[in-house]
Amino acid sequence: MDISFFAAAVVAGTPLLYAILGELLTEKSGQLNLGVEGMMLMGAVTGFRAAIATGNPHLALIAAMSAGGLGALIFAILTVSLRANQVVSGLTLTIFGSGFASFMGQGLMGEIIPSGMKLYFSDFKIPLLGDIPILGQVFFNQGILVYTGYILTIIAGLYIYRTQTGLNLQAVGENTSAADAAGINVSFYKYVHVIAGGLLCGLAGAYLSLVYIPSWQENVTAGRGWIAVALVIFCKWNPYRVMIGAFLFGGLDIIGFRLQKFDFNISQYIIDLLPYVVTIIILIIVSIRKSHSGSAPASLGVSYFREER
Amino acid sequence: MLRMSTRTDCSLQEAVIIRTSAIALALISVGFFITLLGHNPFSVYLSMAEGAFGSAYRITETIRKAVPLIIVSLGISLAFRLRFWNIGAEGQIMMGAFGATFCALNFQSLPSYILLPLMGFASILCGGIWGAVPAYFRAAFRTNETIFTLMMNYIALKIITYLQYGPWKDPGALGFPKIPVFTENAVLPSFFGLHVGWTIALLLVIIIHIFVNHTQRGYEINVVGESENTGRYAGINVRFIIIYTIFLSGGLCGLAGMIEASGVNRTLSVEITRGVGYTAIITSWLSSLRAPAIIIVCILFASMIQGGTFIQMAFQIPQSAAQILQGMILFFVLGSEFFIKYKLSIIRESRIEAKD
Repeated sequence: MDISFFAAAVVAGTPLLYAILGELLTEKSGQLNLGVEGMMLMGAVTGFRAAIATGNPHLALIAAMSAGGLGALIFAILTVSLRANQVVSGLTLTIFGSGFASFMGQGLMGEIIPSGMKLYFSDFKIPLLGDIPILGQVFFNQGILVYTGYILTIIAGLYIYRTQTGLNLQAVGENTSAADAAGINVSFYKYVHVIAGGLLCGLAGAYLSLVYIPSWQENVTAGRGWIAVALVIFCKWNPYRVMIGAFLFGGLDIIGFRLQKFDFNISQYIIDLLPYVVTIIILIIVSIRKSHSGSAPASLGVSYFREER
Repeated sequence: MLRMSTRTDCSLQEAVIIRTSAIALALISVGFFITLLGHNPFSVYLSMAEGAFGSAYRITETIRKAVPLIIVSLGISLAFRLRFWNIGAEGQIMMGAFGATFCALNFQSLPSYILLPLMGFASILCGGIWGAVPAYFRAAFRTNETIFTLMMNYIALKIITYLQYGPWKDPGALGFPKIPVFTENAVLPSFFGLHVGWTIALLLVIIIHIFVNHTQRGYEINVVGESENTGRYAGINVRFIIIYTIFLSGGLCGLAGMIEASGVNRTLSVEITRGVGYTAIITSWLSSLRAPAIIIVCILFASMIQGGTFIQMAFQIPQSAAQILQGMILFFVLGSEFFIKYKLSIIRESRIEAKD
């Protein structure tokens, strides 16, 4: 396996990175949003449409993020204000998002991204860091959105563990009524972080349709949103671990394609199973070991109603 | 100031009114959207209804689409009663169809009165196992079943793709990747103009309704769904109930897969589910997990799907508009449940102060 494989794994892992970070922020506030796949699809199609219409990468990314954020806003209204069941609301968001994407994606097949935009997203070497042997080639010879991913991961970590708002956020997710009693505006925290999560999921989708693929295909996410939800558990709700999970699964995502060269005589469809099977195995291992650590936010998935204790 | 309190006095009639107005609001909002697209929403909805119920043929088509939806919704509602979020119906349908197809292709010489029950049995077994595997891990280790069941969908899809393009490819199809068509003895007979699946669906509604409300097992499922601890204190074997129920849930989905493969497509392909596994999540929630309501909601949704294909021809509105409409309806109904559970009352500031 050569170095280019690891560099490609980072690229394939970047959409996962954004989506995991988004879902992690959401879950820290105690809301379990299973609509990641739907928000990613909404972002992917909106970003692609905006890219073709404007040719401007910033506008395309903003459009994609707004679409993801809009999906998250619907989820927040339903689950925070109206206390609807979070699991079902998230599932509905995914169903709605995939309908939205296939509706908006009508006629986009075969369209291509303007070349100026391709240039904007193309790889460039970071001075100094890019010259480190091996690591430099894998991590620091990438496109702008990969670097943004690193930075956002660090910001998320600092925010959650080192700032007052971040600590408040954790309080909301861990013990909502205590946070409420301490004077934290619980609903506001939930809304902000659910929507922030949606923005990141929209960006994850845009990365797929604008950079990774880059063309429009039906169901472009292929279950990555769900894998992201599973990887939040794998990362134990710790933003710094997100990179490990994302790039590991980026590697699994492309390994089948790479193995083809070696003529292993295994069907492509069977190798394609790998990310899904490994996700299941990870879920099982984490759940077997969880009995004594328990790292999920304690109020995750529970609707909060002040008068109901 | 708005004050929110729990209410317990919501009658069934009120609940129905609230839900119906939620659906109406969803139709109105999508109507705005249709207007933005430059169409008249009334004529679009009208032709949707016409596409679904306008002729005997269309009604048959609508019911044909409702049959798998009803059976899968029954399966999902069993799982949801347990608060087991089975979103693996797609995979369970596919594996059920796989089991049925295996029998149909390998035991072609059997007479149809033996082969068809055998296919049905195989489909329930395969779909049931596909559900029971995540159920076992959930019961034993509390493994997250939502993601587990969903991942099983992708695995099933890849297996069927592998079979369709590999070992089960029809040698007579000139290289075209398709699985051979079933022989006549493996096809469900028709009954009053439609394959016998609709009768099976109706019978299952009755059976599941009785099972859930009038048997001890059904009662145990409801208890465990309310609280696993209560179930444990009451001496119920919670692990067994989870695995047993989800086996039934997956088995029902598997049977729907057999009915689709044998009664409609007469073969197996990767498109066998047509999204029924996901739509059924919506329909079973809208029916409040009640079997009789499932019939009504599923026919409504089937008419949207059938009507959706019609408006695609008539107005060039993509069929996926129907999917958006379904999502919107559930959004509104989910939101409306707030008004069933809680009561909002307006109180003047002064009275709060006086109370303090």
